[in-house]
Amino acid sequence: MASDSIAINSPDVSTRPVSERLHDWVVTVDHKKLGILYIVYALGFLVIGGIEATLMRIQLMVPNNHFVSPEVFNRLFTMHGTTMIFFVAMPILFGFGTYLIPLMIGTRDMAFPRLNALSFWLTAFGGFLLYFSVIGGNGLYGAGNAPDVGWFAYAPLTSRPFSLGHSTDFWTLGLLVSGIGSIGTAVNFITTILCMRCPGMTLGKMPLLAWLNLVMAGMVILAVSPLTAAQIMLCVDRYLGGHFFDTQAGGSAVLWMHFFWIFGHPEVYVLIIPAFAFASEIIPVFSRKPIFGYPVMVAATICIGFVSLSVWAHHMFTVGMSSYANSFFTITTMAVGVPTGIKIFNWIGTMWGGKIQFKAPMLFCIGFLFQFLIAGLTGIMLAASPFDWQLGNSYFVVAHFHYVIVGGILFTLFAAFYYWFPKMSGRMYSETLAKWHFWLFLIGFHLTFDFMHIPGLLGMPRRIYTYEPGRGWEIWNLIVTVGVLFQIAGVLAFVGNLLWSLAKGEVAGNDPWDAWTLEWSTTSPPPEYNFARIPVVESRRPLWDVKHPEDPDWKYE
Amino acid sequence: MSSAGLSGSTFEPQWTLPSRGRVGMVSLIAAESAIFTIFVVAYIFYVGKSLSGPMPGDVLTIPIFNSICLLSSSLTTHLATRALRNAKIGSFGFWWFLTLGLGMIFLIGTGREWHRLIFEEGLTVSTNLFGTTYYSLVGLHAFHVTVGLIVIAIVMMFTLLGKVRSKYSERLDVFSMYWHFVDAVWVVVFTVVYVIGR
Repeated sequence: MASDSIAINSPDVSTRPVSERLHDWVVTVDHKKLGILYIVYALGFLVIGGIEATLMRIQLMVPNNHFVSPEVFNRLFTMHGTTMIFFVAMPILFGFGTYLIPLMIGTRDMAFPRLNALSFWLTAFGGFLLYFSVIGGNGLYGAGNAPDVGWFAYAPLTSRPFSLGHSTDFWTLGLLVSGIGSIGTAVNFITTILCMRCPGMTLGKMPLLAWLNLVMAGMVILAVSPLTAAQIMLCVDRYLGGHFFDTQAGGSAVLWMHFFWIFGHPEVYVLIIPAFAFASEIIPVFSRKPIFGYPVMVAATICIGFVSLSVWAHHMFTVGMSSYANSFFTITTMAVGVPTGIKIFNWIGTMWGGKIQFKAPMLFCIGFLFQFLIAGLTGIMLAASPFDWQLGNSYFVVAHFHYVIVGGILFTLFAAFYYWFPKMSGRMYSETLAKWHFWLFLIGFHLTFDFMHIPGLLGMPRRIYTYEPGRGWEIWNLIVTVGVLFQIAGVLAFVGNLLWSLAKGEVAGNDPWDAWTLEWSTTSPPPEYNFARIPVVESRRPLWDVKHPEDPDWKYE
Repeated sequence: MSSAGLSGSTFEPQWTLPSRGRVGMVSLIAAESAIFTIFVVAYIFYVGKSLSGPMPGDVLTIPIFNSICLLSSSLTTHLATRALRNAKIGSFGFWWFLTLGLGMIFLIGTGREWHRLIFEEGLTVSTNLFGTTYYSLVGLHAFHVTVGLIVIAIVMMFTLLGKVRSKYSERLDVFSMYWHFVDAVWVVVFTVVYVIGR
């Protein structure tokens, strides 16, 4: 196979001084470098957020434990939630999108490369600002401390009298800054996908990853903007003495809840839709079949996008709303399960009758299918408002959304890592280590999050610092914490695999998976200009057409 | 992988794609609309909920002259970009300068209104809920006007230096979408603050 790049005698990169190479990374506007920056940045925060989770699990492992102080525990769960959502999940998914979208739609860069760099650095500095609170939280007159108001920061906890010093300000400003970065990225994704496609790639011939990221970007625009607005209001309250969320002056604490969850619930779909995108690219390749029901997949995604904008108040059943509001949000929340179910059937339909190859990316996708189904089912349970009155704010809820985020999003992210690692690095990973990673992480995940439902059903509230013995929670909490050890072992296998493969892995070649989308037609890693000649496509699987000229896809589409 | 199949195909589709500037600006406007929607919802939600005065009915006067100035600046922007498309640089400069002037009048008018409210009526952000929501919503809009005016002033400077050509007209078309949006938001803010809220 001839390489699809122009031979240019580039100066040997490795001989240049480190400072110059580092400078290249800092000033880059190349979507591939920015994508990798996003991913590496998010992996760093994943480790930090993971350490915070581990400390919390050690604290809760046995009753009456005092491993950390109650104040530190409050900071840990606040920082864990904020970090994992805003500085791990969002940037890592944006990173994959930034890296892959231009390659998959056959163009040389994003529509606005400099905006792309600006968005990344805004996101990055938002994260640094949040963690700067550890040093600067109390300003000049005391030791620092981190925000401790919970990741959704309900009023009045965030008001001046209840949150002295500057820890909440760092939380607000960090999210405000990274939110502006996210909006910039979303504008860039939409513009790139609509305006930069290679000739022949009509909307109906785009890879599903591009389609799903388009929907995701639209949701970021409609969902992250309200959060930005709410953070501005919180700043007005804290700095200028405003009364938006000040109940003493007629303001409303419930309004903050509405504004936060108008962002907060679509956010879940902002995170899961790119995860769906990975599954929609990986499952067909390892089932050796085209995706089943492409138009339905697109329609279901758009449907999820719309419906998920009107489900936010299911986070607020326990606050006390009118019965009409309760019914409305119960119905919309259950309705969003319908298009999601359609997608699950389509992935199974893709695997049905295929020659399935159980490589690491496929294993993680199959794990995702099962776990996401269970996560969806507990979601339907919690959508029923009377059930939620019983279990709202319990460990059942915590188990439910970790099932979505870890079992759904993180599993597909690992699949995406293994699937595109050869493209990004030019080297194959170790399949043995990857299998170890999968099985260890799978066992750890199920030990932790399956058994976490039970103390929730037994009445254990979330965010408690410790608990008395004799309520039947001890054994379950112990099992949950033991599961964390397996997860850590799995992640170590993953990190070890990445580092080992970067240095010693087999050379991957352009197309190690015999795949069908455009990113596999260029070299691994792709040259800075991506494609020597801009490709022209005639079907959804352009590389299939090239490899099988006797039976091309465009005859049937 | 031979690239022949991908780029050397006999199949040559008709291929036109939407303009990047316009799509990007529409996306940005959608995001800004969402931000303004939240502020407008908060304003409407808090109408009449202030625990102490001053109340909007007592202190607000309808800024008719200001509004006419801002809304007519949309028209002058439109005339300016049309002149630029037709390569009439002089005419462009005239209408553009008028846009700048009308925008400045609006901003000065807002400043005078705020000065009166703060120093004569004693209304600040921290006085009551009306103050909080009023200054936030009107201030957010005024911030957008200010950003627009900075861009307009930069383009004005380039016009005076003779650097503006008709080939740049699409960029100014994209910017004028932003300016029309700021004007449209004013219509909403005006209705909410000075008609419904009063």
